[in-house]
Amino acid sequence: MASFKLTINNRAYDADVEQDTPLLWVLRDNLGLVGTKYGCGIAQCGACTVHLDGKAVRSCVLPVSAVGKAKVTTIEGLSEKGDHPVQKAWDEVDVAQCGYCQAGQIMTAAALLKENPKPSDEQIVSTMSGNICRCGTYHRIREAVKVAASKTN
Amino acid sequence: MQTSEQTSRRNFIKIAAAAGGGLFLGFNWLNSSALPVVVDAKKVAAGSVNFNSYLSIGTDNVITIISPNPEIGQGIKTAFPMVVAEELDADWKQVKTVQGNLDTGIYERQVTGGSGAVPHSWERLRKAGATARYLLVEAAAAQWNVPASECTTENGKVWHRTSGKSLSYGELAEAASKMPAPTEVKLKKESDFKLIGQSVRNVDNNNIATGKPLFGLDVYREGMLFAMIQRPKAFGLKLKSVNSEAAKAMPGIVDVVTFENSVAVVGKSTWQVKKAKDALKIEYEKAAELESSADHNRIFQQLMENGEATVRRKNGDVDTAFKNAAKVIKSEYQCPFLPHSPLEPMNFFAHVREDGVELIGPTQTPERARTEVAKLTGIAPEKITVEITRQGGGFGRRLAADFVLEAANVSKLVKAPVKVIWTREDDMTGGIYRPAVRYRFEAALDKSGELIGYKLRGVGMNSGNSTREDNFPSGSVENLLIDSVEYKSPITTGPWRAPITNFLAYAEQSFLDEVAEAAGKDPVEFRLALLEKAKKSPVGDIKYDVDRMIDVIKLAAEKSKWGKKKGVYQGFSVYFSHRSYVAQVGEVVMEKGKPVLKNVIAAVDCGIVINKSGSLQQVRGGVVDGLGHAMYGNMTFKDGAPDQRNFNGFRLIRMNDIPEVDVHFVDNGISPTGLGEPALPPAGGAVANAFYKATKQRLRNQPFINEEAFKGIS
Repeated sequence: MASFKLTINNRAYDADVEQDTPLLWVLRDNLGLVGTKYGCGIAQCGACTVHLDGKAVRSCVLPVSAVGKAKVTTIEGLSEKGDHPVQKAWDEVDVAQCGYCQAGQIMTAAALLKENPKPSDEQIVSTMSGNICRCGTYHRIREAVKVAASKTN
Repeated sequence: MQTSEQTSRRNFIKIAAAAGGGLFLGFNWLNSSALPVVVDAKKVAAGSVNFNSYLSIGTDNVITIISPNPEIGQGIKTAFPMVVAEELDADWKQVKTVQGNLDTGIYERQVTGGSGAVPHSWERLRKAGATARYLLVEAAAAQWNVPASECTTENGKVWHRTSGKSLSYGELAEAASKMPAPTEVKLKKESDFKLIGQSVRNVDNNNIATGKPLFGLDVYREGMLFAMIQRPKAFGLKLKSVNSEAAKAMPGIVDVVTFENSVAVVGKSTWQVKKAKDALKIEYEKAAELESSADHNRIFQQLMENGEATVRRKNGDVDTAFKNAAKVIKSEYQCPFLPHSPLEPMNFFAHVREDGVELIGPTQTPERARTEVAKLTGIAPEKITVEITRQGGGFGRRLAADFVLEAANVSKLVKAPVKVIWTREDDMTGGIYRPAVRYRFEAALDKSGELIGYKLRGVGMNSGNSTREDNFPSGSVENLLIDSVEYKSPITTGPWRAPITNFLAYAEQSFLDEVAEAAGKDPVEFRLALLEKAKKSPVGDIKYDVDRMIDVIKLAAEKSKWGKKKGVYQGFSVYFSHRSYVAQVGEVVMEKGKPVLKNVIAAVDCGIVINKSGSLQQVRGGVVDGLGHAMYGNMTFKDGAPDQRNFNGFRLIRMNDIPEVDVHFVDNGISPTGLGEPALPPAGGAVANAFYKATKQRLRNQPFINEEAFKGIS
């Protein structure tokens, strides 16, 4: 066991865990941040996507010891009031069916728009194809990213 | 914006108390003809009545509607309350939706499966809304001293237009609760619907987009331990010995317990139990054949020729028809076992105490979960509670209760609250799959290309009857024989979204395309001619509605401009399943010499569409699911163990693989007939038939990626 100091959603956290523990399970089991989901554990589905210094990463394969001083943002901290343009677009377009993958989808989309506020259709598809939606809401995910992009300055 | 929450009866009573009275409707789910009854709010709050209410109107104007069926992404938690709110003329913004927990005393068919929840509850939900509306109108009329017939309702208010008076439902709730309940209520005409048929957003959108704990995996309780289970690594193996010393010595591990053929590692965090599970040393011994895919292929071939078949349907004399045929067409189609792969893997929480059991988690069949845990623990069902969480997909996998029993077993053994978690590898290799199946179709055509004989044999693995003998084209062919052969495999199987038809529809619709071609007829005209025949001179029982099937075929042909698009290769498919009718046209174009799937046009008759937005997505999602598994769903076995263990080996469809999906609903005013499954079965056939037109190559086996003709396409 080792002690890790983490900055998550602009808040300081301490976690006493083994150093190989993936950030995903530290968030969920130790810190009560359960919005980040487990889907595959091998960085294939994207349900566990969080931001590390603003960049989308797969927290299921990121050992907590590798986080260091980087700032972690999870779905709970994407916006204070749940009103990030991507979150709003997800409601407007009524994307979710079961909803399980959507936190990861939203985090992936938000990181994309941060880096590239006006992505082309191809860029949207290429980035979002990294995330699996087992319900098949892909048409709406694609549309919601466009809606969010149109409302981001 | 609606808010939504999970509630127990205890919480509901709190809502009642907080609302300070109001109108509470008790509703008998066990009898569709019975009207709702008014329940005394004070008694509800005091917990002194065994109320069966799912509808309350608080004096604060909040309308609470309980949705008893599990939500797995089919949109029931939004659609059920919409139906109540429609008849109530409620203001949708003031409606709060609550997921009900298992209560067999008050709810019936608290199951998500078979696309059956809406058809089952449609009438009951409408009567509940209409009864509440009636009582509110009566209360307003009495207060204003005017005839109830002069009062109207709109947007959560009762109006007396001539005097311009209005009162909100909240203001009237208390008085309405003292009105005598009606002996019958009038339901709205379909043309008067305001909410039904509109696009209403998923009531949990905000909770989903902000990462609220909604799902089974999000359940954490004080003192809860985590458990992962090592199941036999191949089907056909049983446990011989366990060496858990190394695992037990690892950090955070509380215990390692064994039951049946399972070894459970119990500890203080998910990661710790996962690592310790990997450190288990287990020996197995053979208890049954360790089957490989090559064995399955051989078994299929043998049983297709020599298996003991059960006749499912027989009309006329097929032997004579085939003897007299001018042309005979014969084809075989095969598909593999498939995992369900809901993105939220199996998990469940159980706390087995001496005096009762608390169960929480994602299950499509909460009652089954309780019954089986009662059997396991010897604790009476009434002492077992089941809280239903939102579920990260189901696709039929959560109809089973194996994972619930595991949680109960472990909790019983370690005497603590436990959450059992399956890894993705556990989920993919742990069993209960869509069974593999092989079909042989034979068709006899006379000189003029008329279909005079039809044979279908299904060889299934743990499928029971692998055919749907009364579906189209049954009823339209004079001489027909449908039978099935069953093989018992040690590989565990169960319902997978649109059981049997998820592959049978593809096989049959592809074969009909082959027959139409051999008969020199257009695939759409060919099907319509058969249906006209079924209508005019039906052969035997017909268990589908011929007119509804004709209508979706015509709508799909019209919307896709069937046969009129240049450079577009179109394929047709139509299927009746779970009471609804769906026709689809797949469109392939050639780009750089390769066929590319561009569009799927779907025409759907599911009766009245309740939520336009939810229904549209349900169809799109069904098409994407059907296509994805038809194209990529590849599961193979070696010595009883699946070769694919996670999403790196098992390919699920992604955004860059999807065609556009254009959806059209038939507007016929028929009561809703179900939509969770019916869009899936026709998808594979529409695409395979379009692909054939473009390439002249038939895809007769799934997944398509293993077919020579499909290589290099996707």
